[in-house]
Amino acid sequence: MTFLDFESPIAALVEEREKLKQIELRSGVSMSDKTSEIETKIKEKQKELYSNLTTWQRIQVSRHPERPYSLFYIEFVCDSFIELFGDRHFKDDKAMVGGFGSLNGETVMFIGNQKGVNTKMRQYRNFGMANPEGYRKALRLMKLAEKFNKPIVTLIDTPGAFPGEEAEQRGQGEAIARNLFEMVNLKVPVLCIVIGEGASGGALGIGIGDKLLMLENTWYSVISPESCSSILWRSWEHKEKAANALKPTPNDLFKYKIIDGIVKEPCGGAHSNPQEMAKTLKKTIHKYLEELKAQTPEERIENRINKFSKIGVYETLQTKEEIQG
Amino acid sequence: MSWWKRIRKGVETSTSEKKEAPDGVWHQCTNCKKASLVTEMKAHAYTCPLCNHHEKIDADDYFDLIFDKSIWEEKFSNLVPVDTLEFADLKPYKQRIHEATVNSGLKEAMRVGYGKAGGENLTIAAMDFRFIGGSMGSVVGEKIAFAIDWAIENKSPLLIISKSGGARMQESAFSLMQMAKTSAKLTQLANAKLPYISLLTNPTTGGVTASFAMLGDFNIAEPGALIGFAGPRVIEETIKKKLPEGFQTSEFQLENGFLDFIVDRKQLRDKIITLLDLLKN
Ligand SMILES: [Zn+2]
Repeated sequence: MTFLDFESPIAALVEEREKLKQIELRSGVSMSDKTSEIETKIKEKQKELYSNLTTWQRIQVSRHPERPYSLFYIEFVCDSFIELFGDRHFKDDKAMVGGFGSLNGETVMFIGNQKGVNTKMRQYRNFGMANPEGYRKALRLMKLAEKFNKPIVTLIDTPGAFPGEEAEQRGQGEAIARNLFEMVNLKVPVLCIVIGEGASGGALGIGIGDKLLMLENTWYSVISPESCSSILWRSWEHKEKAANALKPTPNDLFKYKIIDGIVKEPCGGAHSNPQEMAKTLKKTIHKYLEELKAQTPEERIENRINKFSKIGVYETLQTKEEIQG
Repeated sequence: MSWWKRIRKGVETSTSEKKEAPDGVWHQCTNCKKASLVTEMKAHAYTCPLCNHHEKIDADDYFDLIFDKSIWEEKFSNLVPVDTLEFADLKPYKQRIHEATVNSGLKEAMRVGYGKAGGENLTIAAMDFRFIGGSMGSVVGEKIAFAIDWAIENKSPLLIISKSGGARMQESAFSLMQMAKTSAKLTQLANAKLPYISLLTNPTTGGVTASFAMLGDFNIAEPGALIGFAGPRVIEETIKKKLPEGFQTSEFQLENGFLDFIVDRKQLRDKIITLLDLLKN
């Protein structure tokens, strides 16, 4: 188990519990009373810490190394799943996954950013940072879903599109832009869910849908707090301040009407009980897809355009003096 | 304020005024460092007569260059930014807005002009780098949305001139969602079968590249402009080596297949008129 810095009280209790178990094993004397006492304390502490997470702590939870990633959820919620590969132009991007799956008897196209579960796999998945071919692969699969009239669910979890030399040569900007444009016009329902990190255009590249949801311990912003700190504060050290300033949590974005809903996580975060999280996610996906089915394709596209057209805050000057002033 | 306007006694020009630089004033090219007469530079559409370097110019300069007889009408100039998130870094966003407004005489980093080019209606949305680095916040996105509605209503082609460091961090998710908004609105322009020319100028990066700037029916650029998604510094930090000479220039983008052509600013107006004319028949 990996504990985040703010979880150190829990870490201490877990250690205590493990010690008791060792004593029990060696001495043969039952310690069950004491162990269950500690269990209760762990639960209480978890509840206390997780009900008052700061923005920075929530970001830490979203990046927890044991947090479930796209393929875990997809395989859990689907009765059967066939993964599909490649963008048909350049190569298969391991940081972007997708395929058809069966959810409660209905076929759904799942697309997601994919991070690796261990050191080796993290590299293999390029830390969840897609190249242009990843966005083009995603678009190919979305068009395939549209052709067979199947709804699309995208799972967003990326620290950003990959800022590499070849990514630029192959048109990272164009690939993302194309997805934004094409996703607006998809005739089938599109449900987008931030399951971890939602950084910038890299996240938005699979993020245009009829509904946008976020799991409780995630973030979504124009830039990561670290990069924001380095640009605006000219140092990496102000990431917590930057995190607060960016207001990137589900609560913030729900308040600003940028997202449509927040999906509750188990107490202690998705990583503390991945199965429970996946069950909740399955129910949520089912509920929203049922709802979205009711629209005609024309209504759906119109609503999608209206949804994004409405986002923005500004002031409109009324008088001539105001305008010239 | 731009160099030739500073030379002109630092007075902000309105559309009715003509930009006449006083005779005998020299400007040093930011590229070749050689001096040229301002009048001569102006005759060269603010490019260097010696090395053809394209100096940064403002939104209204493009309007003057492209519209017939430099006659145009400004649209949607009454939209101004607000600080909904109460964002503060080393400076509060409110103060940044105030300073940008005072220093540039602009209300935002985007201006919309409407007029005729070659006798035909044309809507131009041009970014202005002087206002917080041409960054895209809610107003920039909204002005593009209005410009698209206007173009559809008036059956006019749309030219968007990009010059931007990307999305504006101080408006966080609102800025990010302008990428979605502008792309969504462009689908309506496409459905109306109206031409959209995207002109990328120095620099065009980040969320602007990854949305409307790359979505033109025609993506064109001025020579030597920096065009990319990630900034060169970020890429160099990621790959831990120096980028080759000419990386992410207009010429690089043309070579890699992301631009239709590169256009010298002196030919910009003619080329746009010719291109739009070809689509009419
Ligand atoms: Zn020069």
